[in-house]
Amino acid sequence: MTLNRRQFIHTGLLGALSLGIAARLAAPHAAPGFAASAADRQLIAALGRGMLGSLPATAPIALVDNTLVAIAGLPLASQAELRQLFDLLQQPLARMALGLRPPWQDARAEQVRAMLDRWRYSRLTLLRSAYQGLHGLLYASWYGDPASWQAAAYQQPAIMKGYL
Amino acid sequence: MSKLPDLWQDGLAAGWKVTDASQPGPDLKLECDVVIVGSGAGGGMAAEQLASAGLQVVLLEEGGLYSSRHFNLREAEAYPQLYQESANRLTADKGITILQGRTVGGSTTVNWTSSFRTPADTLAWWRSHHGLEAMQDAALQPWFEQAEARLNIGPWQTDPNMNNALLAQGCSKLGIRYAPIRRNVKGCWNLGYCGTGCATNAKQSMLVTTIPVALSRGAQLLTRVRVQQLWLSADRTRAEGVIGLALGPDGIRPSGRRVQVRARQVVLSAGAIGTPAVLLRSQAPDPYRLLGKRTFLHPVVMSGGLFRQPVEGYNGAPQTIYSDHFLHTQPIDGPLGFKLEVPPVHPLIMASTLPGNGMAHQRLMKTLPYWQVSLALMRDGFHPQSVGGSVGLRSDGTPVLSYPLGDVEWEAARRALLQMAEIQFAAGARAVLPVHEDAGMATSWRQAQDMIRQLPMQILRTRVVSAHVMGGAMMSADERHGVVDQAGRHWQLGNVTVIDGSVFPTSIGANPQLSVYALALRAADALRRRL
Repeated sequence: MTLNRRQFIHTGLLGALSLGIAARLAAPHAAPGFAASAADRQLIAALGRGMLGSLPATAPIALVDNTLVAIAGLPLASQAELRQLFDLLQQPLARMALGLRPPWQDARAEQVRAMLDRWRYSRLTLLRSAYQGLHGLLYASWYGDPASWQAAAYQQPAIMKGYL
Repeated sequence: MSKLPDLWQDGLAAGWKVTDASQPGPDLKLECDVVIVGSGAGGGMAAEQLASAGLQVVLLEEGGLYSSRHFNLREAEAYPQLYQESANRLTADKGITILQGRTVGGSTTVNWTSSFRTPADTLAWWRSHHGLEAMQDAALQPWFEQAEARLNIGPWQTDPNMNNALLAQGCSKLGIRYAPIRRNVKGCWNLGYCGTGCATNAKQSMLVTTIPVALSRGAQLLTRVRVQQLWLSADRTRAEGVIGLALGPDGIRPSGRRVQVRARQVVLSAGAIGTPAVLLRSQAPDPYRLLGKRTFLHPVVMSGGLFRQPVEGYNGAPQTIYSDHFLHTQPIDGPLGFKLEVPPVHPLIMASTLPGNGMAHQRLMKTLPYWQVSLALMRDGFHPQSVGGSVGLRSDGTPVLSYPLGDVEWEAARRALLQMAEIQFAAGARAVLPVHEDAGMATSWRQAQDMIRQLPMQILRTRVVSAHVMGGAMMSADERHGVVDQAGRHWQLGNVTVIDGSVFPTSIGANPQLSVYALALRAADALRRRL
């Protein structure tokens, strides 16, 4: 059986994902919830560059902070799913199986976007759901921030200014 | 933080019995006549009726207490605080995003105020195909009238905002009938922020109407309580009360504090996902295996129209125009009909809903004020293949809804995307973008048709959302065909009554809040008479 590149990516991801799940199941007393690490911040910043494109200079830090706050507000089952995805993406072999050579902190926006777009149009709903999950999370985290509103020509109603 | 008057401040100062169970303290053990699980459209209405009849009522809410002084129009705060799963509750395959309230007042605190009576053809179907002979138009009319009077439901006298007006203009050009939407508001400022909690207390939600009255009549409200299960009698024919866990201040993790309420009667008003979940966790009798089945969503697809003039879909009452034309172009059990409305267009929800990424997405967001967005909500539950979804439990006991979308739904979705595009072009759109990952901007109706006909109709490509969860504990004329009787009383658990949208045997075919209110008044009245 020969695998084309796309099939390899999918098989690689599924294999890595099942390994990841197995590792999670085997881990004793895993803390419930997402429990963010420093590596997660780099990963979110890289995914944000790829998903959102270039943003104002101060945006990346706000984006990472907002994303972590948003994750912490999700139900534990959703936090655990995101933890699995993030753990997987932080494994170098899995990252390379997905076609991303450089480590996250060095990855250019176009490289990350190319990877995300493969998930976006994948035949596998697992990959499409990972894409859509990150899409929703990252866009909510940026466009919920008032720093993003000027670029969208949006403002809250003037009549409420004195009341809020 | 709104500085406008907040009736909750006065009420709490006057001694309303409200307990935030997330605060540290000993386990809570209470006794009462009626315990109500959930404070939304069903539970709120029932609480006022039963407390006013002199009964001791305890109202349990999983969400927190947020009132007008907390409402600051910000999506990033409102969605985590006021909605189930931060307004991102997903079906099991993640194909449909569900908006559902989780706060005092439930979805009524965050809904868009659209008020429709249950359509006559829906009630006729319930009688003819589900044997619900009690669901007569004339018999229900007084309950609708009572709910409308209680919540000030009436015509909206102000001009529709541009987002709604363009739906009307497009329909008008094509000879498609449309009409204004009635709203449950009093002194509305026409801001457009119903979905982040009404900062001016104009929306006549349960938060500012029935729950305050119930509390002023001695009812007790506990917030941040997740009811785990009914406390069933040894012979499993009745409930002694309910057992729950207090959540911590984050609203996510149980704090370890336990809550036990002993009651003569239990009312389940936790919504069409929450109510079946409580019954499932309780392993309640379900001899015909109907519990959690036939859950309906009014699955929604959306279309964006880019206009030359500013639309500013974030300003003004969110839903004031609708069209039922496409509900009546085929038989009720034929290809799925759909109702046309518009959603409010705020930046967070728009950005996370719009397809695409990178610079292309940034270009869409730069033109945010110029987008008109239409939505089509499909009437599910009538076509023989439209059997809805089913509620199950995750390993941690939390509920998850499976709702597979099949050929019948996808055919209607494509038809709805076509119709919305045609209406948007008729209203003068210079481009139309179906909300679909594979779609591009069409600059003419002809181009839109060619594109939409080719779009792959699949989950996680076609954006599908829902704000109306119905069914899962359906009413029936005999115990073999439903979970509860026509007054909401559980067939096997004599003192358990379901008062929420779970009891519907199909979708409503219209925004369901008024249907829930009217049937809640009726069910609460029957319960009061039994006591």
